[in-house]
Amino acid sequence: MKRTFLTAIILSVILFACGGGQGDSKPAATDGASETPTTSTGAPAYDPERGEGKFKDVEVPETLDPALAAAGEKVYSMKCASCHKLTDERLVGPGWKGVTLRNTAAWIMNFTTNPDEMLDKDPKAQAQLEICLVRMPNQNLNDDETRQVYEFMRQNDGVK
Amino acid sequence: MKKIPFQTLSLVTLAAALLLGACKPKNAGTAVSGDAGAKAYVAPGKYDEFYSFVSGGFSGQLSVYGLPSGRLLRVIPVFSVDPEKGWGYSEETKPMLNTSHGMVPWDDLHHVQMSQTNGEIDGRWVFGNGNNTPRIARIDLATFRTTEILEIPNSGGNHSSPFITENTEYVVAGTRFSVPMDFNNGDVPINTYKENFKGSITFISVDKEHGNMDIAFQLQCPGVNFDLSHAGKGKSHGWFFFSCYNSEQANTLLEVNASKNDKDFIMAVNWKKAEELVKAGKGKKQAVRYASNRWDEKTHTATSTIKNEVLVIDVKDHPELVYLIPCPKSPHGCDVDPTGEYIVGSGKLAALIPVFSFDKLQKAIAAKDFEGEYEGIPVVKYESALYGEVQKPGLGPLHTEFDSKGNAYTSMFVSSEVVKWNIKDLKVLDRASTFYSVGHLMIPGGDSKKPNDKYLVAYNKITKDRYLPTGPELSQSAQIFDISGDKMQLILDFPTIGEPHYAQAAPADVVKGRSIKFFDIKANEHPRATKSEADAKVIREGNKVHVYMTTIRSHLTPDNIEGIRMGDEVYFHVTNLEQDWDVPHGFAIKGADNAELLIMPGETTTLKWVPDRVGIFPMYCTDFCSALHQEMTGYIRVSPAGSNVPLTFHTGK
Repeated sequence: MKRTFLTAIILSVILFACGGGQGDSKPAATDGASETPTTSTGAPAYDPERGEGKFKDVEVPETLDPALAAAGEKVYSMKCASCHKLTDERLVGPGWKGVTLRNTAAWIMNFTTNPDEMLDKDPKAQAQLEICLVRMPNQNLNDDETRQVYEFMRQNDGVK
Repeated sequence: MKKIPFQTLSLVTLAAALLLGACKPKNAGTAVSGDAGAKAYVAPGKYDEFYSFVSGGFSGQLSVYGLPSGRLLRVIPVFSVDPEKGWGYSEETKPMLNTSHGMVPWDDLHHVQMSQTNGEIDGRWVFGNGNNTPRIARIDLATFRTTEILEIPNSGGNHSSPFITENTEYVVAGTRFSVPMDFNNGDVPINTYKENFKGSITFISVDKEHGNMDIAFQLQCPGVNFDLSHAGKGKSHGWFFFSCYNSEQANTLLEVNASKNDKDFIMAVNWKKAEELVKAGKGKKQAVRYASNRWDEKTHTATSTIKNEVLVIDVKDHPELVYLIPCPKSPHGCDVDPTGEYIVGSGKLAALIPVFSFDKLQKAIAAKDFEGEYEGIPVVKYESALYGEVQKPGLGPLHTEFDSKGNAYTSMFVSSEVVKWNIKDLKVLDRASTFYSVGHLMIPGGDSKKPNDKYLVAYNKITKDRYLPTGPELSQSAQIFDISGDKMQLILDFPTIGEPHYAQAAPADVVKGRSIKFFDIKANEHPRATKSEADAKVIREGNKVHVYMTTIRSHLTPDNIEGIRMGDEVYFHVTNLEQDWDVPHGFAIKGADNAELLIMPGETTTLKWVPDRVGIFPMYCTDFCSALHQEMTGYIRVSPAGSNVPLTFHTGK
């Protein structure tokens, strides 16, 4: 986690050091995104639908798992509610209403667990940062908690 | 060929090795390139080019670092007790921390200003503000000691402070938290903020010769949050500029509720006008309570005086006194360039940096080019005062310093970088990443008329992985950049004390000649000084026992004392008889709940000790002073209350 965050920072520093961002009027936070890393086959390595992190294909059933959502609400109360409302109103971070309609499960779960790297790479995350001006801290949710919170988000978005 | 010292060579080699790897990063260290190591290197025994005085933030103290080495030279206790030096524990220093609330042992020292003459740093004093229990301190650069602390009434959160005018005529204190005035009933509902809360701007006069501070007058302003400030200079001398946020006048969840308006304000104060009003008797004397604490160099003793009155001018009664300039959005830094023409507001939530023109502001005021009023104060039209905007500078602009070539350097908290831009054409010239989230930044003289622009120091708020981990709590990191070329070059990281906010620096020559080496014992006017061993004595006054003690390498006189009884209060008045540089003695006694003393040569300092049990108590010198330092010890015998053991004392019988 920390290493990837660092790498992103170093990357932007090196871009700078190698002449990639000098005198550029763009905020440095977006410099990392200006040069999209590619894989050996030449395909873009960053998938903006999935985000960056450990979650790839998250299986989400059509109906809600109420027990899972209830567990998610508990996590939300302790680790998320100080900054995120359940309406569409921004507090410190954006309100959660509609978040599951705008983003894939993998994107949300990756952002939840890997915010630093995503803030350095992901255009949607960066757009939110320009509005909120606070980098979402890593609240260190484990995989189960992350899935629980995602289920709670789905419940908040009206999934039955 | 000129001989290059081996150390320099090896550093250059090291730096070169780092440079080779620059485009293939392995860790954060590779951000350093070229001859960085050599640039920050000051050889053993050599002096730094600059003194820097760095606020300790929540440590309450002021640290002194050499630049460019980043070597810590000294931590000067200011607002927080320091048992190591007896600061706040010795009888002489206790009054320095007195306030209208009684003894307050801690504060939050945010900003630093060095005194100026004609807009240039003169090296006489350093001022620091206490943010929590509003106070201003003055540190004397002859002794590197805090010699005055003045409390500020009608204030809560003394943040836009202690900024000064170009001849140190005034130090200002602007309140971050508006509060009901001390002379009004403060027992009001918090949600009556708009009606009952006011913001005070305090102008403190500074005596030209001795530096003594007195409150000249206070401006009572609308209830908002005054954040930072800077005086006009040159053409704008006579004006003072204060940023303010929370023009929404919110009293809860400011994070959201004070971030709603697109623009808040920079408040321009015509303080020459305020002086005229004071002379014309326009101010109103109000009953308040505040402490004025002064250190007397002759008696080595502080005196605290509680004062009861302050002169208040309500700005809404005097339309030519203050003007508001709209400034996007929640402005933090409020910085004036070396010419005095450009005022830079850093809206921490804004996507641009507005630069205001003093000339345009004056024209707008003359033409009454106002867009309206805010709480009775004229609001100048934004465009009428605006010189121009720096577009897309970065995220979260906070503070701006200047060089001597017409460039400005702004810290960007959110995008974690320093951005260099040209004041005339408002174009971004360079940007350098900081590690991480820079708050204040400092160029020696960078807010004065005469910047000495060789280095820039970034004071970062977040450290994370910069140093070896030390548990959850980390030192805050600072970074030095060489700014002598077109591009900023990172040359050194160093950890700091507390949480540095602002700092100031001056060429070593401006300061070092003032630094004294010891106190002249002949000039010591402490009422309980002991100027020779022959005068050492122990005197009982009821249950108070005064020990007139001397120290010299390497014995205490007296070093055997008997006849102390339970129920006594013992005062050790320790005079250091040495008259040479760097020979302090320390004094400590077993079980003292009152720290130790460090006594400089020629000085007298007092430790109060109340014995808690019968027995023999060792005492000793705590500061290694000679080959026989371990022998610099003594004993005190404590007997039961009512004991008839006679009071005796001696050394070497």
